[in-house]
Amino acid sequence: MNGAHDMGGVHGFGPVEAEPNEPVFHADWEKRAFALTLAMGMPGGWNIDMSRFARENRDPAEYLSMSYYQIWFVALEIMLKERALVAEDEIAAGHALHERKPVTRVLSPDDVLKVLHRGGPTERETNTRAAFKVGDRVRAKTIHLLTHTRLPRYVRGHAGVIERVIGCHVFPDSNAHGAGENSQWLYTVRFGGRELWGADGDPTLTVSVDAWEPYLEKL
Amino acid sequence: MSGHDHHHDHDHDHSELSETQLRVRALETVLTEKGYVDPAALDLLIETYEKKVGPRNGARVVAKAWADPDYRARLFKDATPAVAELGFAGRQGEHIVALENTAKWHNMVVCTLCSCYPWPVLGLPPVWYKSAPYRSRAVADPRGILADFGVTLPKDTEIRVWDSTAEIRYLVIPMRPAGTEGWSEEKLAELVTRDSMIGTGLAKDPK
Repeated sequence: MNGAHDMGGVHGFGPVEAEPNEPVFHADWEKRAFALTLAMGMPGGWNIDMSRFARENRDPAEYLSMSYYQIWFVALEIMLKERALVAEDEIAAGHALHERKPVTRVLSPDDVLKVLHRGGPTERETNTRAAFKVGDRVRAKTIHLLTHTRLPRYVRGHAGVIERVIGCHVFPDSNAHGAGENSQWLYTVRFGGRELWGADGDPTLTVSVDAWEPYLEKL
Repeated sequence: MSGHDHHHDHDHDHSELSETQLRVRALETVLTEKGYVDPAALDLLIETYEKKVGPRNGARVVAKAWADPDYRARLFKDATPAVAELGFAGRQGEHIVALENTAKWHNMVVCTLCSCYPWPVLGLPPVWYKSAPYRSRAVADPRGILADFGVTLPKDTEIRVWDSTAEIRYLVIPMRPAGTEGWSEEKLAELVTRDSMIGTGLAKDPK
């Protein structure tokens, strides 16, 4: 979707302000929201692409006015409610009011480090051949999906060069909407600064994005 | 703005924050009562990212790459197993690529769409990395971003920006500072800052 999350090239946000000696979390609720999100992935049964869509799928004004962990938390509430694991009246009451829905697995303290260490690799075996090779010139397609995609707006319609053939990876556009992993070849595509930003663009700049094959057409 | 308005705004912000605090607490209670989460597992998740996993991990990788040519070769060939040799692996670092900074080019990493960041080597990202100013400008005006960080590079240095749009996580290997010949990996690691591994900074000058 063309949401407020897709920020590359947007003007007016001002300078980057780094906080010296920044703590990992700025409030106790941030810690709990972070940990709840990680811990509920397993019993919740959603995947990372569904989480990302739940975060970005909102009114742009709302997205821009919320802090990072507020967005995480609201997305967590939405995903829990969608799956009827929690209802609004329970959050309002601060207690479980409805019958517990069975879940496959709950994250135990003993499993935490194991689960983090394993992570969630997204590379998959394939019998298909990559359509592009290193050095091929490609164009990022002009697409405007209402659904989740990882092709940022600022590269759409622009020409670039295949810099690396990464492998076959889970396709977020499908995976975010429960349509299966639908793995596709993934490439690093390099774009010139002037191709993206015009004659005033920095001539020393290149920008590389990782793009799945369905995002690209051969030039 | 009058003192009264200021006070009102302050109360408003405060109550909004309290609302989130209350909802987070309420949700944790509900999920715990239903047996979906174990609070001890939550504590361990927080402790892991607050105390154990952080940019000191990445600094060890960089220092080893500076000091050990064989390791450096392995790291640039396939960073995921090379990083795992030091025990760093897993969530948000399943597929790592190391990017070499040289006198000719400088790498900078961003995630314009959200906040993708190599957790096993850098920990959780700082607020500025996730913020609109960085995400919007890194791909269009990286020299302006570097200026925000007080870094100026030669005019002809090529700037290579990497937008983390898939599950590949990028780790910048900054240039080794001059005057560090013969230094141990431990001593070298002290020169490696978090920002130098994102590409918004350089390694510290030993002088």
